[in-house]
Amino acid sequence: MTGEFVIAIVKTIVAVSTLMTLAALLTWAERKQSAVMQDRIGANRAAILGFRAIGLFHIIADAIKMMTKEDFVPPFANRFIHSLAPFLAIFPAIVAFAAIPMGDTVTLFGHTVEMRLAPMNIGFLFIFAMASVTVYAIVLGGWSSNNRFAMLGAMRAAGQMISYELALGLAVVGSVMVYGTLDLMEIARAQTGLFAGFLPNWGIIYQPLGFLLLITASIAETKRAPFDIPEAESEIIGCFLEYSGMKFGMFFMAEFVTTVVVAGLVSTLYFGGYQVPYLMADGFHLPFGLFLVTPAALVPWLQFGAFWIKVVFFCWLLLTIRWTLPRFRYDQLMHLGWKILLPLALFNVAATGAWILAAA
Amino acid sequence: MLTQHRQTWLERIYLPEVLRGLSVTVHHFTRNLSLHIAHAAGLKKNVPAAVTIPYPDVPADLMPRFRGMHRLTRKANGTVACTACLCCETACPCHAIDIVPEAVDDRAIEKRPKSFEIDLSKCSFCGFCVEACPVDAIRMDTGIFDVAMDSRAGLVWGREALMGNEQGEGMEVYPPIDREDLAPRAREVSRS
Repeated sequence: MTGEFVIAIVKTIVAVSTLMTLAALLTWAERKQSAVMQDRIGANRAAILGFRAIGLFHIIADAIKMMTKEDFVPPFANRFIHSLAPFLAIFPAIVAFAAIPMGDTVTLFGHTVEMRLAPMNIGFLFIFAMASVTVYAIVLGGWSSNNRFAMLGAMRAAGQMISYELALGLAVVGSVMVYGTLDLMEIARAQTGLFAGFLPNWGIIYQPLGFLLLITASIAETKRAPFDIPEAESEIIGCFLEYSGMKFGMFFMAEFVTTVVVAGLVSTLYFGGYQVPYLMADGFHLPFGLFLVTPAALVPWLQFGAFWIKVVFFCWLLLTIRWTLPRFRYDQLMHLGWKILLPLALFNVAATGAWILAAA
Repeated sequence: MLTQHRQTWLERIYLPEVLRGLSVTVHHFTRNLSLHIAHAAGLKKNVPAAVTIPYPDVPADLMPRFRGMHRLTRKANGTVACTACLCCETACPCHAIDIVPEAVDDRAIEKRPKSFEIDLSKCSFCGFCVEACPVDAIRMDTGIFDVAMDSRAGLVWGREALMGNEQGEGMEVYPPIDREDLAPRAREVSRS
């Protein structure tokens, strides 16, 4: 019992620190990647003892700046709710990661450890429940700020997030139907082996439309361009208009943590999760009969690494999309959400059902 | 007549256009990133990976006719060339120049500036003072543009400070001034 408790704590510390480190690195990656994409150099001025480390110290500089800034609560604002909103933004984003498997079960010091924070069979529902809570953060943050613009921004953001949650939920129903489970670990396990003899048996082969819908809807959920109407930093700064210091920083971090969670979800559902292509329990089975023996003890760690490599790749992809596409106008946003994504998601569900029936 | 671009079906479904945009940005990303890595390894130094000029580390690349900070030119004997005719002060649209003349015994010039102040917080760097000057006493060819001060008072530059400015490297005067042509009457007076 004590052993399991210790394992749970160690798992939590490892996973949360990896998640937060990755989210912090994303603030650096966002600056540097956008700069490289736009033929610029990017933030490189923060230095310790003249050593610049390609701008990595900007993460520390940002943290110091946000923590030492004045924590301003506007007059006549609801102080309690105003302070509560940033926590409601970042907490669900971090907690949602608990349902995502980072690797298969391993045996450590005689204990069987599942590489996932919360062993639960309702992974999807949990993630979407947590994603819905972030709407409260936005609405409460905008409402409690005692500012008309923040309020308007919050209403706009809530409208966006609710319309895209529908498409997000329906997009993954196809995957749930294919694998017959809500358990993300089971789904990742089912994606082992090969498809047609040479392709990794990944979910994208069965659900290409679901992947497109999920990645579109989840960019809207992360509130980043081209769906950054909740923030719209260049013009309006929606619902966190009246936030400063670390409270703003928490909204800011929540965006990046959500990006990592979305990257984890996409790679788990459609890109095999922790599965390494061609890697079985005993070694690499490459096409054309090639075989490479791998020690059995190494396999789970290769899978753990593969999961994070996939997550980093999808973080990169999400950042690239964010720095490529201009923002949707509000009516275009609603048109895309309700008239395109929702019918496509329903079509995806129907087509998957027909395919399963035909295959049975 | 301006006709609105009607989107084709492929453009309206977004996805091909999104992929086209992504291909442009990803191309830039991979090209610049590999160049940055090559530069770190000491290769391909002649191909720039970014258009950025790292300005405080590298001097800014200015055009030869860039209008920067003013300077007061000197005569051959080192004294200020300005004859306090107040042409520049009159030409200045911002009332940034303030000259207090004083009489001198030299019959060639009769006057010189007792004080010559330019308030850079008012100056719009239009260059009218340079064009107005009959004796080529004021120029804006220093190439200095990064003048930042802690106080408004610090932005008022006096005669000695303006005389201390040098012509910037690679800067040219437009139109090129031939000193022999300058103030012929004044020179005749000095000869007699």
